[in-house]
Amino acid sequence: MMDDMTAIFREEVRDLLESLERGLLDLKSRPDDMGLVNQVFRDLHTVKGSGAMFGFTELSAFIHEFETVFDKVRSGHLAVGPDLLRLALAAKDEIPGLVEGEADPEGRRVAILSGLHGLLGGAPVAEAVAEMAPAEAGPTGDGALRLTFRLTGAALALGARPDLVLDELRGLGAVEIAADLADVPPLDRLDVEACAFGWKMVLPASVTAAQVEEVFLFVDADWSLDAVAAETVETVVDVVAVPVPEAAPAAKAASPKAPVERPVAKVEAKVEPKAETKTEAKTEAKSEAGATIRVPAERLDALMDSVGELVIAEARLAQLARDLRDPALIATAEQITRLAGGLRDATMTMRMVPMRSLVGRFRRLVLDLSDKLGKPVEFRVTGEDTELDKTVIEKLADPLVHVLRNALDHGMEMPEARVAAGKSREGLVELVAEHAGAEVLIKVRDDGKGMDPAKLREKAIAKGLILPETQMTEAQIFALIFEPGFSTAEAVTDLSGRGVGMDVVRRTIDALRGTIQIESALGRGTTVTLRLPLTLAIIEGLQIEVAGEQYILPMPNVQEIVELPPEKAEPSRTEDFLDVRGGFVPFLRLRQLFDCAGTPGAGQNVVIVRAGEARVGIVVDRIIGTNQTVIKQMSKLHAGVRALSGATLLGNGSIALILDVGHLVGMSRQQGDAAQAVRQEVLA
Amino acid sequence: MPKTVLTVDDSPSIRRMIAMTLQEAGYDVVEAVDGQDGLTKALAQPIDAIITDQNMPNLDGLGFIRALRQHPQGKGVPIVVLSTDSEEGLKQQARDAGALGWMVKPFTQDKLLAVIKKVVG
Repeated sequence: MMDDMTAIFREEVRDLLESLERGLLDLKSRPDDMGLVNQVFRDLHTVKGSGAMFGFTELSAFIHEFETVFDKVRSGHLAVGPDLLRLALAAKDEIPGLVEGEADPEGRRVAILSGLHGLLGGAPVAEAVAEMAPAEAGPTGDGALRLTFRLTGAALALGARPDLVLDELRGLGAVEIAADLADVPPLDRLDVEACAFGWKMVLPASVTAAQVEEVFLFVDADWSLDAVAAETVETVVDVVAVPVPEAAPAAKAASPKAPVERPVAKVEAKVEPKAETKTEAKTEAKSEAGATIRVPAERLDALMDSVGELVIAEARLAQLARDLRDPALIATAEQITRLAGGLRDATMTMRMVPMRSLVGRFRRLVLDLSDKLGKPVEFRVTGEDTELDKTVIEKLADPLVHVLRNALDHGMEMPEARVAAGKSREGLVELVAEHAGAEVLIKVRDDGKGMDPAKLREKAIAKGLILPETQMTEAQIFALIFEPGFSTAEAVTDLSGRGVGMDVVRRTIDALRGTIQIESALGRGTTVTLRLPLTLAIIEGLQIEVAGEQYILPMPNVQEIVELPPEKAEPSRTEDFLDVRGGFVPFLRLRQLFDCAGTPGAGQNVVIVRAGEARVGIVVDRIIGTNQTVIKQMSKLHAGVRALSGATLLGNGSIALILDVGHLVGMSRQQGDAAQAVRQEVLA
Repeated sequence: MPKTVLTVDDSPSIRRMIAMTLQEAGYDVVEAVDGQDGLTKALAQPIDAIITDQNMPNLDGLGFIRALRQHPQGKGVPIVVLSTDSEEGLKQQARDAGALGWMVKPFTQDKLLAVIKKVVG
């Protein structure tokens, strides 16, 4: 059992550390926020308390000192400053090691502790873990002992059980137990919640004060233990001896379960929540643990797989029902369609994770980097609550780290340079996450020096990535930084600038079926925009047919469907543009692309799709309709086929390939460029 | 009929540890994640004893006890406060708020059982 507990504890520590780090980083910008200070204190306190429970004594001792500092802050004896936060973050970093029982050969922990100690002005830091306060074992006399006790005040109302106390005392060897009824008031003045009588008894000499203290641990009672003097023994005998079994019902009569309700409670009126509690409730509204359940990620994946299969089976059933034209079957199939849809949506929602879980890491990164580089930077985050599929979130961490590093390392100027350029000393790096249709946009924006297209171009030419005469738009030039082996940093730092970053970023984003885009204004900063699909597992797809084969276009990419004008039905070398309500849209013919034999029937359609900012038409033979598409990865053998992003099973059991719209758009651009070149040739 | 103990703690590991220990000993256990939750659960069913943490979000242990003691059905339930602090001041505050006793973390499972026995029999 203890092993299970330890596992739960480790998980708990992970969560608490995340919250702790967030709290510490927030304190940097809001050092006076008592809500934050309290949160930090509580996180520490819980790690310490639970750690001690599960035998992590070293951890508890370490945190105790850490916590002491925040207790001082909480009580207003210490102000939050950069030193404190730096030490606190360093201390926080030691906690995982302590949980894992790692040694600390470099003595970092000691250094941190002495640093924290220094903050306390050298005041002696309280001793390590608060042990169970051991009861002092006072020596008692040799002879028999006399114990008298009386329950105080509201002990009975608080749930004290004198019968249990007497049982325990009997266990210690108490004899001659007698009730002292001297103070019992007349019936009309009897307060049923108060205990008006006491007890006296004689205990054997072997009983220690500590043992008696132990008995009264949970009973608010005045008690005294004395050596029995010869004459007092007689007094005891004088008092009406109450047989013990009778004492118990008496106690029960006044015990909590008795149906005695008196309006006394009203005297205390209602408890006003303290202002502090209110602000805490506000800052923590989001972190309510109330109704959450932790589920291992693999189980969610397994569920998603099953739901995927269900969706396919459901499509098959619907198809079958339509083919058989059996009304009862059709009705059932429709019902199952609805249920499967609900189940799918619920499962997808379960997999959604807020960006928040990543942001903590980024804040720390920015803080550390800005220290290291000597570039003061404000890091602003908007849309932390934006949710993405957990797989996307997991894979997004590394690319975003690269982008943020670049922003600080390359984008941001040194403070002096900023001032000289008429900007504020402190730079601004922003991370914005927001929903845009079925996509999530994540922008990393800096107000640094921006990128110089001319410089990038020169560099690309020097690296042999482009030819000197290549004509390129600004966007194309910026896109060069995603090419493998391209690095713009004049000096390679240990942070970035090895030119291995951005191409990896693009590959990862591509793999997530997302796009990446750069905008930059010289002297004003750079914005990197990532567009990511909300989910990876199931999409709404548009089923199309080309030369008898079925394909799927992801619906989020589909903008509209138009008919291919008859005059464009035949492929031409130069004129593959379509006039869609005044805008020219280039188009691709899938028949041509896939080298299909034969001629299409009349009435081809053009599906206008969008990827990033670009729009492209895709000519298909026939539109079949929309369906739920469960994306299945293709085998490794097909990894090189860029025009396809996966495959899916259709209702009738056949396979349809899913087209990669982003890639198709790219191809059409090249084709457009080629067409333009041809046109220029023709004109010349 | 088994006695029901309510454990109120924001730390899942402590909560589970208390629950498992008591369940093995034949008690029914109700878990609550903070004072607010504890209050709701304590008023929703008959409870024989409560073990509550002090430091918790939303509503701390003392606040929880004070609030519970306002309700007729929360008046006589024995409440034991758990904390890492063993200061007398806090102990007194807990008493004043309406706690019956105090238990300092860390504690062993045996200790916990002894305490619960002491409180509910």
